[in-house]
Amino acid sequence: MKHRLLFTGKKLIRMLLLLLGVSLAAFLLMSASPLDPLQTNVGQAALGTMSQEQIDRLEDYWGVNDPPLQRYLGWLGDFVRGDMGTSLLYRQPVTQVIGQRLQNSLWLMAFAWLFSGLLGLALGLLAGANRGGLGDRIIRGYCLLVSSTPTFWLALVLLMVFAVWLKVLPAGLAVPVGVDAASVTLADRVRHAILPALTLSITGVPNIALHTREKLIDILESDYVLFARARGERPAAILLRHGLRNVALPAITLQFAAISEIFGGSVLVEQVFSYPGLGQTAVNAGLGSDLPLLLGITVVSAAIVFCGNLIADLLYGVVDPRIRRGAARA
Amino acid sequence: METILQVRDLSISFTQYDRGTRRRELPVIRRLSLTVEAGQVVAVVGSSGSGKSLLAHGILGILPYNSRMEGEIRYRGQPLTPRRAEKLRGREIVLVPQGVTYLDPLMQVGPQLRMGRRDARARGESRRVLERYGLGPETERRYPFELSGGMARRVLIAAAAMQSPRLLIADEPTPGLDARAAGRILGHFRELAQEGAGVLLITHDLALALTVAHQVAVFYAGETVEVASAADFPAGRLRHPYTRALWNALPQNGFTPMPGAQPGPGEEGTGCPFAPRCPRRGPECAEEIPLRPLAGGLVRCLRPEGGDGL
Ligand SMILES: Nc1ncnc2c1ncn2[C@@H]1O[C@H](COP(=O)(O)OP(=O)(O)OP(=O)(O)O)[C@@H](O)[C@H]1O
Ligand SMILES: [Mg+2]
Repeated sequence: MKHRLLFTGKKLIRMLLLLLGVSLAAFLLMSASPLDPLQTNVGQAALGTMSQEQIDRLEDYWGVNDPPLQRYLGWLGDFVRGDMGTSLLYRQPVTQVIGQRLQNSLWLMAFAWLFSGLLGLALGLLAGANRGGLGDRIIRGYCLLVSSTPTFWLALVLLMVFAVWLKVLPAGLAVPVGVDAASVTLADRVRHAILPALTLSITGVPNIALHTREKLIDILESDYVLFARARGERPAAILLRHGLRNVALPAITLQFAAISEIFGGSVLVEQVFSYPGLGQTAVNAGLGSDLPLLLGITVVSAAIVFCGNLIADLLYGVVDPRIRRGAARA
Repeated sequence: METILQVRDLSISFTQYDRGTRRRELPVIRRLSLTVEAGQVVAVVGSSGSGKSLLAHGILGILPYNSRMEGEIRYRGQPLTPRRAEKLRGREIVLVPQGVTYLDPLMQVGPQLRMGRRDARARGESRRVLERYGLGPETERRYPFELSGGMARRVLIAAAAMQSPRLLIADEPTPGLDARAAGRILGHFRELAQEGAGVLLITHDLALALTVAHQVAVFYAGETVEVASAADFPAGRLRHPYTRALWNALPQNGFTPMPGAQPGPGEEGTGCPFAPRCPRRGPECAEEIPLRPLAGGLVRCLRPEGGDGL
């Protein structure tokens, strides 16, 4: 137990250092960005008609004139006190913007994460167990095809098929257009999330399926499976008793590593479907030079991805007897 | 007496792809023959890499994916087809594998021994069989990584003893055991044979083989070079120069080392693979050499010991 706490503590310290690094990197990239916040957000034409005084006020608002280090330290100081600042674009506290968008995205991502994880695992097991057979070749072909398809392109194809031709699903946004917020039903929300979630799920499958397949093949070639066969265990029993048990550990790693890919994918997918989630907001913040918002999003997503890895590590300790018992005796 | 196992001219080869797409057959076992009668312990003696484990796996029909097996294997008079082997293994034909890696690393010993059976009878059986090899009931809840080498070895043997074999194939069953434990296990093999089973004991240790075996088959580079009865050794009735060299290399016989090394798979030329190291070689040794009967045993040599003038 003590060992486990120490382990978790070390990981958390690592996480803090990592978040610091990530926020600094994001900040430096933003400072180096060639986009002029005034031109992008106010517009060339409008700027031309303004007085110098107005322009100075705007420059102050967008923080153009402060030295970068001072701005970063200022942001960091507020952040430590739990204040992520105010979004320049949305004119709301960053926490609020992120909270709202994350809520939209979270369902989408959670669904895609679980669905692609389970489907990937199932397909990988199926392919690995029938290595070289028809099923294996079909699954492998499918995985290679999907993983070589750009996400946005896949999103467009689904959009065309389901929203434009079949007209069974809405083409974008999170809620129907022209309906007031109170009368939006859960069904509406689900219908709007289906296409983005599906796209995200489909693109997440190949990685998990192909890796699971490799692992299962290694396991089926192991000495202990050989011995199980020598003792007359049937292939189905071997798969259930030894295959699943030993594939569980790498599957945990894969599944939690997939969180970062789902985050990455959501940026593109939400853009294509105009889905007001975290990914789309990140794009807006980046292009609109909304420094506090972008830093907030970066830190929050990094924290979520890192927590995923931490959970994977902790689960490992529960599932793997070599760690569980080894730690207990140490 | 019933013949339990008869292996004739067995070859096992691997398909390999070297650099890119060139396919290559890599022969590992060639022209291997041996017989196990009911009631007999037959030892297969050969140095590391001579194909002993593959022979065991070949008999059980559990060779890897990229391998090919040719030749004849008969079990109790009938050809041992892959389908028949599948039915018999774990029931009549039982393997004691070579190492701890043959235990599932994430499964406790007890469930592993019981192979999915949960009933009280299975529990009783696994407990008894562990006890027989000096392992307490707490062993059942251990994972393989929590076993010492010798304990793991005994668990593997216990797994075989859970089943009641007519043919037991033991692949190096004794390393890691102290002399007493090893003696007990070899004694158990002998008991099995006395009850009418056949035992194929695979080992690199000729001295150990001679303590328990009735017959000894000597392997060299994937071939059977000699089959002799255990009594032939102390009596000096050896046939093949390699067998002689193995015998002379034993501590009690002067520890005479053998120069050179066994050729690896695919490195053997034509003819006798032992010829390059053989003191008795002649020009005819570069030809195909048949395994032939000699003085109550078998030998694959054109100039066997004690065979001058044959
Ligand atoms: N899957 C494989 N692919 C290619 N070659 C293999 C494979 N398995 C075994 N071999 C080769 O076959 C030869 C015989 O292997 P085997 O395991 O039967 O040796 P062994 O006599 O049991 O040796 P040891 O006493 O060390 O256990 C070795 O040279 C090995 O390199
Ligand atoms: Mg071996």
